[in-house]
Amino acid sequence: MTIRVRRVVFLIGVGLLAVMLARSVGALPHFGAYRGPYGDVVSRASVSERHITDVVTAVNFDFRGFDTLGEEFIFFAAVLGVALILRPQTDEGVGHVIDCATGRAVPPTSDAVRVLGLGLTPPTVLFGIYVVVHGHLTPGGGFQGGVILATGVLLIYLAGEFDDLHGLYSDSALERAEAVGAAGFIGLGLLGVIAGSVFLDNVLPLGRTGSVFSAGMVPLINLSVGLEIAAGLVLLLTTFLRQTIVLRRIESPARRP
Amino acid sequence: MTFLQATILVFVGAGGTCVVATRDPLRQAMVASLFGILLGILFFVLQAPDVALSEIVVGAVALPLMILLSLAKIRGGDR
Repeated sequence: MTIRVRRVVFLIGVGLLAVMLARSVGALPHFGAYRGPYGDVVSRASVSERHITDVVTAVNFDFRGFDTLGEEFIFFAAVLGVALILRPQTDEGVGHVIDCATGRAVPPTSDAVRVLGLGLTPPTVLFGIYVVVHGHLTPGGGFQGGVILATGVLLIYLAGEFDDLHGLYSDSALERAEAVGAAGFIGLGLLGVIAGSVFLDNVLPLGRTGSVFSAGMVPLINLSVGLEIAAGLVLLLTTFLRQTIVLRRIESPARRP
Repeated sequence: MTFLQATILVFVGAGGTCVVATRDPLRQAMVASLFGILLGILFFVLQAPDVALSEIVVGAVALPLMILLSLAKIRGGDR
């Protein structure tokens, strides 16, 4: 195929795409106009039937809770895959970083960064817990709150050294926390089956609208998702950080003369 | 569409172009982080605070961090 023919084929394709794009954009509803009936129905039903004031949470953790279970296990599988791929190899060991730019010392972490990082950690963790616990009342939930919690832990690393961070917890505790969070979602779903209804049916008492202890199972599911996401993300970051900072390729004993 | 929404939309368009135009992965991670914040503001202005929160935590924090750590490992980890 010569360049000339290629160019002709390309131009025909681009022309067709442009025509179709123009037609589709012209047929779009106006900005802000909403035609589907489903959103209006859900907006009404989430408060009256589930006592949930955050409609997005009502959809995610109740009306289509099963999809969210799948999404959570996508994350679970991703963390598992990273932990498996980045596991310490036989020819890797603990080594020191060798600076590429010699002749100048790495400046130590300044006091301002340390104070700021450590000072921000408690409010960040508190905010993460708040976002998880109030998932059914205000924007947020287990996923967002879980990531905020993990960010709080990461601030400790930014304020100090990797060893400071890694001295705080053990990998197996993190793995257990992640597994408990993931299993908790399924366990809560099975409550519905035990109660004689379907999987993930909201069988607990709904409580008073607007209170933290309301909306039945949704806050509990948010708690388990928050635990899973926070533990999983910290595990992910620890695995990456260990690969970057601690582990070095060492010569394997077999290859040594 | 209000003036604020239109302004943020223009910023998001420019930000996305900047991410594509930045060719160095290290810089691109930082530009992508800024783009994540812009997208978060857009979602917030369009009254979708849930999605805005997700976008900020994932797009502006988690994703660039993963890229930075991967780059650090690839470029200097083994020397």
